[in-house]
Amino acid sequence: MNFYNELDRFSDRTALITEDIGAISYKNLLAVADKIAGHIENRCLAFIVCKNSFESIAGYVGFQRAGVAIGLVDARIDDDLFLALLESYRPKYVYMPKESQIDGITFESVYSFENYVLFKSLKTMESVLHRDLNLLLTTSGSTGSPKFVRQSYKNINSQVVALAEYLGITSDNRPITTMPMSFTYGLSIINSHFFKGASLILTDASLVDPRFWSMLKENEATTFGGVPFIYEILKKLRFGKMKLPSLKYITQAGGKLNNKLMAEFAQICEEKSIDFYVMYGQTEATARISYLPCEYAQKKVGSIGIPIPGGKMWLEDNEGNRIDSADVAGELVYQGDNVTLGYAENYLDLAKGDENKGLLRTGDIAERDEDGFFTIVGRTKRFLKMYGNRINLDEIEQLVTEEGYDCACSGEDNELIIYLTKSKEIENIKSYISRKMKIHPSGIDVIYISKIPRNESGKILYSELA
Amino acid sequence: MATNREKYDSAFKESFEIEQSDLKDELEYNTIETWDSIGHMQLMAELEDSFDIMIDTDDILTFGTYAIGIEILKKYDVEIL
Repeated sequence: MNFYNELDRFSDRTALITEDIGAISYKNLLAVADKIAGHIENRCLAFIVCKNSFESIAGYVGFQRAGVAIGLVDARIDDDLFLALLESYRPKYVYMPKESQIDGITFESVYSFENYVLFKSLKTMESVLHRDLNLLLTTSGSTGSPKFVRQSYKNINSQVVALAEYLGITSDNRPITTMPMSFTYGLSIINSHFFKGASLILTDASLVDPRFWSMLKENEATTFGGVPFIYEILKKLRFGKMKLPSLKYITQAGGKLNNKLMAEFAQICEEKSIDFYVMYGQTEATARISYLPCEYAQKKVGSIGIPIPGGKMWLEDNEGNRIDSADVAGELVYQGDNVTLGYAENYLDLAKGDENKGLLRTGDIAERDEDGFFTIVGRTKRFLKMYGNRINLDEIEQLVTEEGYDCACSGEDNELIIYLTKSKEIENIKSYISRKMKIHPSGIDVIYISKIPRNESGKILYSELA
Repeated sequence: MATNREKYDSAFKESFEIEQSDLKDELEYNTIETWDSIGHMQLMAELEDSFDIMIDTDDILTFGTYAIGIEILKKYDVEIL
């Protein structure tokens, strides 16, 4: 049973608070949501081009209640990538903002709600959807590749139960949006608060926009979540000096917060009596894998804490043996009902069932201390976090290579470095990758190098770069 | 020695990857792709470095256009002529 089908009992409670309309009750939200989804004939795949708006949320809630499999993409998605997704996954319906572009030859408009339109595909191809498939999410939030993670009904349900438990979510909570709803972390906040009948404050304004802060204050938001970059903004805005008495707890995930910033926020939050939760997760685990109980925020700076309720976490060495001693590094492995079904690269993969069987090799290297708290110390996979979004370095290399240039990619979180052998193309490649991957150009450094260092078999020697 | 106007303009150009011809009084937050929250933080950092100032919270939040920025910087004794 999908908990979205049980929201009717929250009836007159406030479900959403928007800038334009104000409070919208569960009853009104569900009426609109069911009306939108009423135009969908039977279980099929529908895409939502997401914004943090009433229209977008109403479509999502309606599709959930109608048992539709839903693919979420951000409204800022690159046009070419969006087209590629439509071709690869062949959604029967696309629900999107009026201003977004879609091919009028293959889609017809069947319904419109405020600033959103529901389009139906005119092609008759039917694809097979596995009965467990609920959501398709990209691994990198707003950007990246046509690869989706397949999330099941069980995944979503187990995740909201765990989040509600360890964060103590009640119907009195009022989270304010800070991230795109297509991003697994943003969506997990939406799902878990609807699950408890809480009120979601919707805004597309970012933290550097005064509208965000007036929405937060006027509607007495009790919580928000943030990727590391959001915490950098908060620091710059002198969060410690702000008067925000309504805030009860804040969460951090979507990449490692540096220890200095984490210690600073642990301190600030303690002074302000705000519970501060540092968490860790992946789209492949629906969202959350572990959390640091807030009372340890100051004592265990740098730690990702302990597994979420219902989950298990352990470390394995290179041979796959379990590491039992403390302070020994190994790959972090997670087991739980929130481990997703697997990946999809096209519509054929949507027929697949559970390929992971509840077990996830995270690709992160961690250590466990004597008290049982885990700390990430490295990665086995080549990716970076850019402002919360996961960027695969091999994929960037491939994009540049496809343009006809030799390159090698490395860098750190929020600092992508592309080594290029054509000095004339530095600016072009920078703007191309920025556009394609939706990475702010200030986070990309393209450096000229006369030759990419390689070993005899042609593999790039990353250790010899820089 | 760069003038204040040159420093101000170069902070915009560097932060948003735009040209001199793109700079006008009406240039506004969120109207070009690169002036998003990430670009905004970049711009604040560039201006603080160039003029050796610390911009207050309210000023960071109300710094919404190229022209408003010039007014805001006056509070920090930075005159952009």
